[in-house]
Formats: sequence, structure tokens, C-alpha cells
Amino acid sequence: MNNNNNIQLPAKLFSKQSQALIYNYKEAAVQRMLDFDNVSQRETPSVAGLVHPGSEGGFYKAFFGFKELVIPIYNSISEACQENPNADVFINFASHRSAYNSSKLALLEPSVRVVVIIAEGMPENEARSLISIAARHGKVIIGPATVGGILAGGFKIGNTAGTIDNILACKLYRSGSVGFVSKSGGLSNEMYNVLSRCTDGIYEGIAIGGDAFPGSTLCDHVLRYERLPEVKMIVVLGELGGWDEYGIVEALKKGDIKKPVCAWVSGTVAKIFPTEVQFGHAGAKSGSTAESAEAKNKALLMAGAHVPNSFEEFSQVISHQYSRLVENGLVNPVEEISPPELPLDFKTAVKAGKVRKPTSIISTICDDRGSELTYSGVPISKVCNPEYCIGDVIGLLWFKKKLPPYASQFIEMCLKLVADHGPCVSGAHNTIVASRAGKDLVSSLVSGLLTIGPRFGGAIDDAARTFKHAFDCGQSPEQFVETMKAKGKRIPGIGHLIKSADDIDKRVVILKDYSKTHFKSSQYLDYALEVEKYTLQKANNLILNVDGCIGVLFLDLLHSCQLFSMEEIKEIIDVGYLNGFFIVGRSIGLIGHALDQKRMRQPLYRHPWEDVLYDVEE
Amino acid sequence: MARKKLREYSTKSIIKNNFPTIIGNGKTIGIKMIQVCNNSPTLMEQSKNHIWLAHNKLVVKPDMLFGKRGKNNLVLLNANLEEADKFIKERIGKKVTIDGKEGAVTHFIVEPFIQHSVEYYLSIVAQRHCNRLSFSSKGGIEIEENWELVQYVDIPYGENIDHINLHQLVDSSIVNRESVIEFLKNIYKIFCELSFHFLEMNPFTLDFEGRPLPLDCRGEIDECGQFKVGNKWNVDDEPIHFPQPFGRDLYPEETFVNEIDEKTGASLKLTILNPRGRIWAMVAGGGASVIYADTVADMGYGHELGNYGEYSGDPNEEDTYKYACTLLGLATRNPDSTKPRALLIGGGIANFTDVAATFKGIIHAIKDYQQDILRSNLHLFVRRGGPNYQSALQHMREIGNKLSIPIQVYGPEVSMTSIVQLAINHINSSNNIINNSSSSTTTNGIHCH
Repeated sequence: MNNNNNIQLPAKLFSKQSQALIYNYKEAAVQRMLDFDNVSQRETPSVAGLVHPGSEGGFYKAFFGFKELVIPIYNSISEACQENPNADVFINFASHRSAYNSSKLALLEPSVRVVVIIAEGMPENEARSLISIAARHGKVIIGPATVGGILAGGFKIGNTAGTIDNILACKLYRSGSVGFVSKSGGLSNEMYNVLSRCTDGIYEGIAIGGDAFPGSTLCDHVLRYERLPEVKMIVVLGELGGWDEYGIVEALKKGDIKKPVCAWVSGTVAKIFPTEVQFGHAGAKSGSTAESAEAKNKALLMAGAHVPNSFEEFSQVISHQYSRLVENGLVNPVEEISPPELPLDFKTAVKAGKVRKPTSIISTICDDRGSELTYSGVPISKVCNPEYCIGDVIGLLWFKKKLPPYASQFIEMCLKLVADHGPCVSGAHNTIVASRAGKDLVSSLVSGLLTIGPRFGGAIDDAARTFKHAFDCGQSPEQFVETMKAKGKRIPGIGHLIKSADDIDKRVVILKDYSKTHFKSSQYLDYALEVEKYTLQKANNLILNVDGCIGVLFLDLLHSCQLFSMEEIKEIIDVGYLNGFFIVGRSIGLIGHALDQKRMRQPLYRHPWEDVLYDVEE
Repeated sequence: MARKKLREYSTKSIIKNNFPTIIGNGKTIGIKMIQVCNNSPTLMEQSKNHIWLAHNKLVVKPDMLFGKRGKNNLVLLNANLEEADKFIKERIGKKVTIDGKEGAVTHFIVEPFIQHSVEYYLSIVAQRHCNRLSFSSKGGIEIEENWELVQYVDIPYGENIDHINLHQLVDSSIVNRESVIEFLKNIYKIFCELSFHFLEMNPFTLDFEGRPLPLDCRGEIDECGQFKVGNKWNVDDEPIHFPQPFGRDLYPEETFVNEIDEKTGASLKLTILNPRGRIWAMVAGGGASVIYADTVADMGYGHELGNYGEYSGDPNEEDTYKYACTLLGLATRNPDSTKPRALLIGGGIANFTDVAATFKGIIHAIKDYQQDILRSNLHLFVRRGGPNYQSALQHMREIGNKLSIPIQVYGPEVSMTSIVQLAINHINSSNNIINNSSSSTTTNGIHCH
């Protein structure tokens, strides 16, 4: 019934030189094909190119044994075919919605001989249309709804036969003498395993797919195997539903098949079902008697196939037929070769717990791997609650602690205080110049940030270090100032270009007031103020500046909040956390300046000649 | 997704609705009908909006995907509205037994009674390379007795029906031969356009104006065509509904699994065969699942098989978990200390499904059902291969040890169906429950935590 217009497929579909184009490539499938190539000792990779419509071309990297291979990516099927006239297998991973058009285009390419359609759920009318196109052009379709097939030791389609350890276990890296065909891809793999035990393994295996109208049928492939001299026996695993197996029955009856055929049609269970059941495959539906597994098994048996009583016995029947072939000298035992070692993929090896490798990077503050991002273990949903302010975020990511509210508030206050200090300071000036030179936001920002250092904004850490050292050594303010002077060093955190004892810096006042109200101790601030008293005797502008004030107040905070050990405090000061407050805070202002210049459409800034003293030797 | 049978009302509706657009030239088909079902208004109530009901003699037929309706006293011919309404009211919701299958009749189709002298047969079946168009001048209930009179032509796939000469198929003895040929061609076009797989009109006749008109009609469509022509399948402006075979109401668990299945690119299927069965199967793969069921039946335990089912196409952990919960819920229901049970967690050697990931979902479900598993003396038999199967099996063994659940675990080193014998041995053992003291409540429904 299904064999009207039957067209004979070419016997040989694949060889050790076959190459494929892969449409909508799947990374794992490409790598598995290349790994198979390696253990099969192919000289050329079986993947010639990838077609990814809508891409801009380029290349995809994959491993070919130990080497890395660069596979070209094409934008269209025709381009891929023109560039790779030797690639005659087209493996289509397109979805069931789009597999028709891409498969049709591939069938019409002169260089393509075989089209494999992986998608499940292609409409029957589309499948039938492709079948008629293939018939007109003498092309072969495998699928839809299949995993593909494999020529042992030669060529493997996509994900067929699974992982490399399965390929090795089933000896699929070298040729056996069984031609195998089934509907199911999963069962094919199971049968490769069975056949590797009870025969010398497969020569070729094809899964035609579970649809009602597969592009090529069980019978098509059985007839191919009959004509392939390397195939000595044929194994078929059919399924209830459809008429395909009757094609084999007819061919057996007509004497078109002379090689031994072992066959089993699954689905004998359907008879115990009270009503008709749709099994897992679209083509597997219980109902009509002639399409039942029993009827088909019986017809195959009557026609001369070797049919077991159950799937359990299938391997015995196969084994028996194979040993008869061996006894009659029809099969020469294969010479076992040991396939080349395949390097284990790093990811696979890790998953299997087979390798260890020192990590390159350690991170202790933030984890983005789980379902929710965490900052020092606190989930982001919690961080976004109102009780967490920006000071708390800094606490988590810099100090790895949830700081008490007064400390977080203090950090936030510092950020506010240092956020900007007008357009004339060096950072803002640089940002403005860069922004007006047409640079983008981040360039303008870093141009300003790069001026932060010992003379501008970057004295907080140094101030903290210097005052801490002096105080912890028990130096009196006078001793401290004089020692520094004797060394010829400025005291970081003391002195301001504009502000003085008469023109006090309001920012410092705010900080001091806050610390007096909220901090449990102010020993470092008190010490710094004693130092200031002494330096003010020398000059009116040698005040405790905003950097110095933040530096000493942090010393007080760290010592009095009871969250940090002495070692931790030393580390914080030595590593230099505190300039970060100025950098974060001032970034706000610098971004403001950069945007301000762009908003005002300010032209390129050029410093006026008259503002430069040219003192060049004539 | 596969071929789906339609009710007669749905088949006729989509033919009628699409006839004008597909055939063109302002042509229509003279189908008039009303559906009465257990949750619709009664025929009498519907007659207010369909005046023809009161002015015609009527035909009433059940619309339940079973045949031989006339032979089961379920068809009313040449009745008036009151008689038809009474006939339906007496039968709707009542159970009948057809071919040994019992079920309630929930849907009726009501049409005008057509006085007719000829009954023709028409069918179209999609085949691999062609559509087979069959015709007979002797249609009707005796079609099987007159099967040798049915003639057919095979129309190659993609061929335009207007280029095919149907004069041999419909010979000169046929009344109104040319309009019958035109009708065949029109129905053929609709068949092709709407992704039908099968369409039968047995019989169709000629109305009083001599126009062909289907009396009985059966249809099957290819559900895979949904994304292309699904909007043309609407019935009474609602998406088409695919009924279950007669005598087969869905269990809630089956509906639940259908719902998961529809939302995923993977495949999850469940058919409950015997809710009191003691062998349950959770098998990966469309092919392997059939073989496991076969093997249970071959060994003579088909009557104990609780379900047919499969999961495949690399379902994610969450969906696998829900699926496993459903099966564990069924397999552990109403524990009986004297009757051990078995669950086959089977499968072949996967090509690309990450076995470790799918097993994670199953293991999660096993943890949730620990008490139920112990209480119902359910033993688990695992056999699987494929990507990451080693760690998957290891985890399965560990969870068995940790929760003291009896699990036997095998990989590709044993044959795929070898665990079936182990399961049968277990349900035949007199191995009683070790821990029967825990709570006596039975588990009902699906509980996924």
C-alpha cells in the first residue's frame, strides 16, 4: 500500500570522506560529530560548514582531536553549498515550523544528496511535499523526527549514538557487518549496544523517525543494505502503525532480499489496551488490525525473516543468525583496532569528577551562579529592601559585613559630601575638557578620575595610615608634626588650597558633628584635632581637610563598631579601602559635568595662549 | 502531536466554513446542523435562533466517534422538533456499550431530514506519495457488503485535482454526474488545504435541487498542521476540540500531564491502563516505552500494567519532577500491605538527553514520596544509559540508601528490559511492608511540593 511510486535509493549514502553542512547548528552535535571523526581516524572533519540564517558569517571554533578547528558559518544554504561542493549531507536542526523551507532549498541544491530532518512535528503535507521533491531529484531524506544515523567508523549524523564513551563501548569507530534500521533514535542507540555484543557490530544504522510519512522508509534502507556488499545481515526494529514493514515482507517474498533479515515489530502490548492509544511516536497508533505489531511480526515471519517471540529474545535470534554467517564463512571476523585516545572535554571531565585544576580567579564578595544574585551572601531581593542603603551595599561588597545603620549612613554621607566640588578642581576640569573634545561618557569620566591621587582627593588612605601610625606609636601631636617635617614630608590630610581657619570647610564641620553624635569613640579625631591646633600655629591654611577628616573618622568607626579585629583594621588601612569613597562619590559629580558639557553643546576647549607663560629659548 | 479524529459536527463545520474561500465563485455547501451536548442549551432552546428546526423534519445522531449508530438504536429519523428534543433528553448523559466499550453519550448532531434516493460513497486518504480518492455509487450502511464496488484513483501528491479526469471514477450511470465530479474535486481541495489526513462521506446524496450534500461524515486531521492552518479549524468561533476515543474519559493525572506536555518542547505522555495495576512504567523514549510495555505483556502481566507513558526530548528538571510526582502518586495510591508493587524507571541509551538532569527531577519526586513508597511496598527498578548516566545512576543508588527506599539500579551493562523480570518477581514476592506503622492516610491526587 505504501510502495506505490517506490524509488530505489542509492546503496551508498555515506563514506569516510562524507562531509555535512549543518543548519541551525547545535554546538554539542557539532562537537560530537568531530569527536566521532577523531576516534574513527577520519582525515577530514565531517562538518564542512554551518548555516545560520541571519548571521553575518564568521567562524565557529570546535575541537578536532587535540587541535582546534575553525568552521565557516554561512548566511544562506546556497552560499554554503557553493563554497563546499564536496559536502553532500545536509543536517537540518531547524524547528518544525521552519524545517520545510530550509529542507526544500537544500534538496534543490545540486551538491546535496542526503537531507536529514531532525525536527519533530512537521505537518504531514510538508513531509509529503519534500518526499515528492526528493523523488523527482533523486535525493534521500532521513527524518523528520529523527536523530539521524551512523556509518560505523565513517560518518555520524548529529547526536546519533550519543556521547563518545557510548561510541567507544559500542565499537562504532570501526565497521561491522550488520545493516540496522529502526524508527526510534533512542532504540537505535540501544540496539547498537546490543549488536556490538551479539555480532561484530553495525556497518550502518539509520533511524528513520517516528512520523507517519518518513522521508525514507524502513524498506528503503533494507533494500539499500541488500545491495551494500559490506552488509552481511540486516536487522530491523519496526513499530505498530503504518504499512512500512509490509514493504519488507513483499521484498522478501519476491526474493529481492537474500541476506538474512532479523526483525521485530514493537507494540504487541496494544492488544491489551481497552481503546486505541497514541504511543510516543506520531506514526504509532493502535487501531487497524493489519497495522498491529502481531500482524506485522507474523507477516515478516511468514515471508522468511527471523522474528523472535518478544523483544527480550531479539538478541538471541540475532546472535544465532550471526553465528551461522560466521560458520558459513560469510563474515570475516573484524580486526579489532584500538581507537585513538580522545581528550576529555574539560566540562565533561569536571562533571564526571575526573579532573582538578586550580582556579585562576577567586571571588569572595558576590555570587551570580544561583537563582538569585547575592552580595556577601545577602540575596539581591533583600538588598533592594528600603532598610539597605548604598552605604550597606558598600559594606557588603567592600567590607563583607552588614554594617550598623549609623556606619552605613556615615558612608552615604561621605559620598554625598565628596560628590562634587565645582568645575575648577582638577578632576572636574579634566572631565569637562575631555567631554568637550567629543569623548564619550566613560572616557570623560575616567579622564577626571585619573587625576585623583596624593594631591587631589586621594589622601584619605594616606591620612588614615599616617595618623594611625603616629597615634598607635604614642607620638604626641608635636612630635608627630616635627618628625614629619624633619623627614621633609607633608602630613596627608592637613592643609587646603582655599579653605583656612578663618574660612572653615563646612564639610569637615558636618563630619565632625555626625561622629560626635553617633560614634562610640573619637580618639583618632581628637588626636587629629590636636595635630591641627599645632599646625595652625605654623600657617592659617594647615587645617584638617576633608580627606584627613574622613580618614581619621574611619579609624574611629572601625575601632569602635566592634565588627572588626585589629588585624582586619590594619588590613583595611594597608590595602587602602578608603580612597574608594572619594572615587565613588566624585564619579557622580564628574558624570554630571560630562553630561552638562554635552547638554550645553560646548565646543572643543582650547586653553588661551595668554594664560600660558611661554618661556622657550629663542 | 499526531492525527486526530474529529466529531462529525466539527468535520462538517470546517468544511462548511472554508468552502466559500477555498472554492470561490460565491459557491457554498448546503450543510445545516445543530450540536446538542451535555453543557449546551437544549435543542428546544436552540430552536429559537435556528428557525429551520421547527420547519423541517429532523435527523438526530450521536456524535461520539463510534460507528454503526443506526444499528444501536441511537438514530432518530424523520422526526419533528418535539420528538427530536425528547429523544435527545432521554439519551444524553446515559451510558451505552458499543463494541464492548462503555461510555456516556454526550454529543448529538441534529440536521434536516433529507428525502433522498441515491447514497454515494466518498473517501480521501493521505498516503505517502498520493491521496487516494475513492467513490462508490452504493454508499450507506451496506458499504462494507458492497466494498468491491468502491473505485479509487490515486492522485499524486501536489497534483492539481482540476487536471485529473474523474469520468472513469464517476461513470455515466451516476445521477447528476457532472455536479458529483465537481463536488468530489471541491471536497478534495478542502481536504488538501486544511491538513486533513482522512475524510469520508458515507453517504452523500443529492438534495431536492440535485446538489450533492453529505449525510454522514468522518474526518481526521494532522494536528501538526496547527501552526499553519489551525485558525481555519475553528468550530463556532472556538478553537477545535479533539475528543477522546469513545469510552475513554481522561483521568485527572492524564489531563495534568497533557498540560505539561503542551507547554514544553519535550514530550511527556501518560495513558492510564489500570489504576489498580501493580506495575508502573516511567520510561524515557517513544520507542523504548512501547518495548517495556510489550515486555510486561509478553511475560503475562499485562493486566497488572498500570500505565503506558514516556518522556523524551530532554525535558527539564521541573517537568520531569512533575511527571515523576504524577506517576509516584498513581503507583502508591491506596496501599495494600499484601500486594507489593513495582515502578520501572527504564530507558535505552539516550543520544542527547542529559540523563543526570532528568534523574534529578525524578530523585526530587522520590524524596517527596518517600513515605508513600514505603507504605505501598513499591520497589523501584532503574535501567538507563546515555550522557552522564554514571552520575545519574550513582545519585539514584545514594537516594535509595539514604531514604531506605528499595531501588535497584542498572546501566547499559544489562539488557534494556531485564528489569521487567525483576519487577514481576517483586510483585509476586510475599515481601511484606517493613514499616506499616506510619500514618494511615492514603495519598490522593498529585502533590508536588
